[in-house]
Amino acid sequence: MWLFLASDCMFFGSLIAMYMIYRGDAERMFLAGQGNGPLPDEILDIPYTSISAFVLLMSSLTMVLALASIQRGNQRGLRVWLGATALLGTVFLGGQFFEFSSFHEEGLGLTTNIFGNSFFTLTGFHGAHVTIGVFWLISLIIVSLRGGVRQDQALNVEIAGLYWHFVDIVWIIIFTLVYLIPYDKVESVQHQAEQGFRLIGLG
Amino acid sequence: MADHALQLQGESEDHSHSHPSQSVYIRVALILTVITAIEVVIWYIDWFHDSGALIPSLVVLSIVKFVSVIGYFMHLKFDDSRYRYTFLAGLVLAISIVAALVVLMRTHQIEYGLRLISGTS
Repeated sequence: MWLFLASDCMFFGSLIAMYMIYRGDAERMFLAGQGNGPLPDEILDIPYTSISAFVLLMSSLTMVLALASIQRGNQRGLRVWLGATALLGTVFLGGQFFEFSSFHEEGLGLTTNIFGNSFFTLTGFHGAHVTIGVFWLISLIIVSLRGGVRQDQALNVEIAGLYWHFVDIVWIIIFTLVYLIPYDKVESVQHQAEQGFRLIGLG
Repeated sequence: MADHALQLQGESEDHSHSHPSQSVYIRVALILTVITAIEVVIWYIDWFHDSGALIPSLVVLSIVKFVSVIGYFMHLKFDDSRYRYTFLAGLVLAISIVAALVVLMRTHQIEYGLRLISGTS
């Protein structure tokens, strides 16, 4: 599992690199008359996404509580906490679906501009990971109901937990990089461009 | 002597698989919640934007959250060091990929922009 997570680090590393390379390009292209809106600072909703981030953090807590339960041989506790984790994961996914839908209504699609392209690719792949995690948790609950997860098989829950926490740490990075670190407004990009032109003697 | 060696071995195995208690998990979750709240609050304070302190603060707070989750929730702090090195190897490679690609592509974009401006494509 650790090897898989190490390789997934590189997968998300590539997606994050792609996002960072094109970060701010939507504003520059818009300014040059080559791109469409909406731009990130017009569309991102920090309070809403903060709640999503909180929900995913709390799902990590319920996941470790599920592991602690099975390590003590508490089958009921395992199912309750796994169910809570799957529920919180589903709430997060519902929030992401609502966010994507509202962005689409406001005119931002996968091919609208470079921001839409890099944003939907990065957060979409993260959402796909969360979806796989939710299915994994539900399958563990079903196996547990059939009496298949014993105390000496806690490792199965621990492996699912490692995957789930990994999805959580990826969101910690995405939340900061995509949502919290501010984007330049069009005016400031214009100011930077003018400064650059002056610097090379064209202004 | 042999009993003592076995006992030591047992203690070592126990230690490599030991996990924190539930109260530790809850405390870590509380800390993570507080840090997330701080991140959002400082985003709304103009001083952080104007002084340039926002991005360093957000990066530091994110690193604290990241390390807390992998250390406590993923038990990397308490697990066998081989797991730690396996994950860290992937993480270091990922950070290197991000740094290399960003530097490479940004340099290329700047050179391309300058060529466009000077008309020497």
